[in-house]
Amino acid sequence: MKIAVTALEKNLDAEFDPRFGRCKYFAIVDLDTGEHVIEENDAVAAMGGAGVKSPQFLAQQGVSAVVTGHVGPNASRALQAAGIKVYITDSGTVSDAITAFEEGKLTCVSEATVDSHTGLNTQ
Amino acid sequence: MIISVASGKGGTGKTTVAVNLALTLAETESVCFLDCDVEEPNAHLFLKPELKGSSKVTVPVPVVDEKKCNRCGLCGEVCAFNAILPLGEDVLTFHELCHGCGGCTLFCPTNAIREEPQEIGVIEWGNSGEIFHVQGKLNIGSPLAPPIVKAVRAHNVDRPQCTVYIIDAPPGTSCPVVSSVMNADFCLLVTEPTPFGLHDLKLAVDMVRELKVPFGVVINRAGLGYEDLADYCKAENIPVLAEIPFDRRYAKCYAKGGRLIDEFPEIKKTFRELRQAILVSAGRV
Repeated sequence: MKIAVTALEKNLDAEFDPRFGRCKYFAIVDLDTGEHVIEENDAVAAMGGAGVKSPQFLAQQGVSAVVTGHVGPNASRALQAAGIKVYITDSGTVSDAITAFEEGKLTCVSEATVDSHTGLNTQ
Repeated sequence: MIISVASGKGGTGKTTVAVNLALTLAETESVCFLDCDVEEPNAHLFLKPELKGSSKVTVPVPVVDEKKCNRCGLCGEVCAFNAILPLGEDVLTFHELCHGCGGCTLFCPTNAIREEPQEIGVIEWGNSGEIFHVQGKLNIGSPLAPPIVKAVRAHNVDRPQCTVYIIDAPPGTSCPVVSSVMNADFCLLVTEPTPFGLHDLKLAVDMVRELKVPFGVVINRAGLGYEDLADYCKAENIPVLAEIPFDRRYAKCYAKGGRLIDEFPEIKKTFRELRQAILVSAGRV
C-alpha cells in the first residue's frame, strides 16, 4: 500500500508538517517496495479549499492512507470520499512517522481534528 | 452622483463623515444612503431610519445530479475555490467555499449541475427623514461580503429617484471595499493624523488610484500633532477637503448617537464646505 506523509522539506529526514491542506510537501511511500517520491503540494497557495484539493491529487497517486498532524472538516470529508484513511501523529521526522505507521502505533481518525483554516494561521 | 466614503484604517470616522455629509447634501439634493459596511452596518444608529422592507441576498451554489454526471472532472478544474470536487464516483460540493460564479454549471457538458440559492445575508431599507436608507447585513459565518454590497448598491424597490448616493464603505482595501468604491463618481478617504492613519491611508490611496475614482481626504481628529499626514497629502497632490478637529465634545456627541452638524454650527459649516468641494471636484458645479 501507498501512504503519504506531510513534510516540511523535500527529504525523508525532514520534520513532518502538522498541516494537511497547506503542507509544503507530500512524501509518498510505497510500503511494499520501499520506494518513495516527494511531491510539492500545489494547494499550498490555494485561494480557498486547500484541504479539499489535496485528496484528489493523493487519490490519483494511489495513496490509501495519509499521516499528518491535523485535518479540517472539508479535508476530512474529501479524504473520506477519496477512500483515504487519516492517521494522526504529533512530532518527529517523516521517517519516524512512517515507522510509527508500520508498527501500528498511530491513531486512525474519521472526523476533523481541527477547525477550517487552522493551517493558514500556523507555521 | 455616487460618493463613496472609505478609509484604510477602521475607526477613523467614515460613518460620522458619511452620515453628516448625507444630512448636509439632503439640504439641496435628494439623497440615498447606502450602508455597505455589511459586517458592521451602523449608520442607522445616527440616521435612525424607519425600516419598511427587507430581502434575502443569495449566491447560486451547485447541486449535482449524480445520474447525469459523466465524471469528466471539468467542474473541479474550472473552480478557483475548490468548491466542487469530483472524486472517483462522487462529486463533492463545499457550498461555503463557493463564490457563486456559475463556472461549473456553465462548463458541465452533460448539464448535470443546477444552481440553488444559498442565503448569505439580507438587505433592509426605509426612510430617515428625506433620506432613503439601504443597508446590508452579512450572515455570521458567511465569508462573502461583495454580493451583499452589490445588492445594496443595486437595490431599487421603494427607492425614489435620487440625485446623490452616499456609500458608507467597510474599512480596509479588500474585495468588499473595492465593491463599495468601484464606479463611484468620487471617493472620500477619511483618515486621522497618526502613524496608523497615514499607513492605512496610503493603502487606500493605492486602491482608489487603481480604480480610477477621483478622491480627496478628510482628516478627522485633526490637531493631534502628527504632521507627516499633511506632508504626505501635499507631496502626493491629494486635496484635503475637510478637517474635523479632535474635540471631546464631538466624541461625546458621537458616543450617544448624535449628529455633529445638528449640535455644532462650526461642523455644519465644515460639511457645507465639504459638500461644495466635492461637487466642484466632481464637476457638478
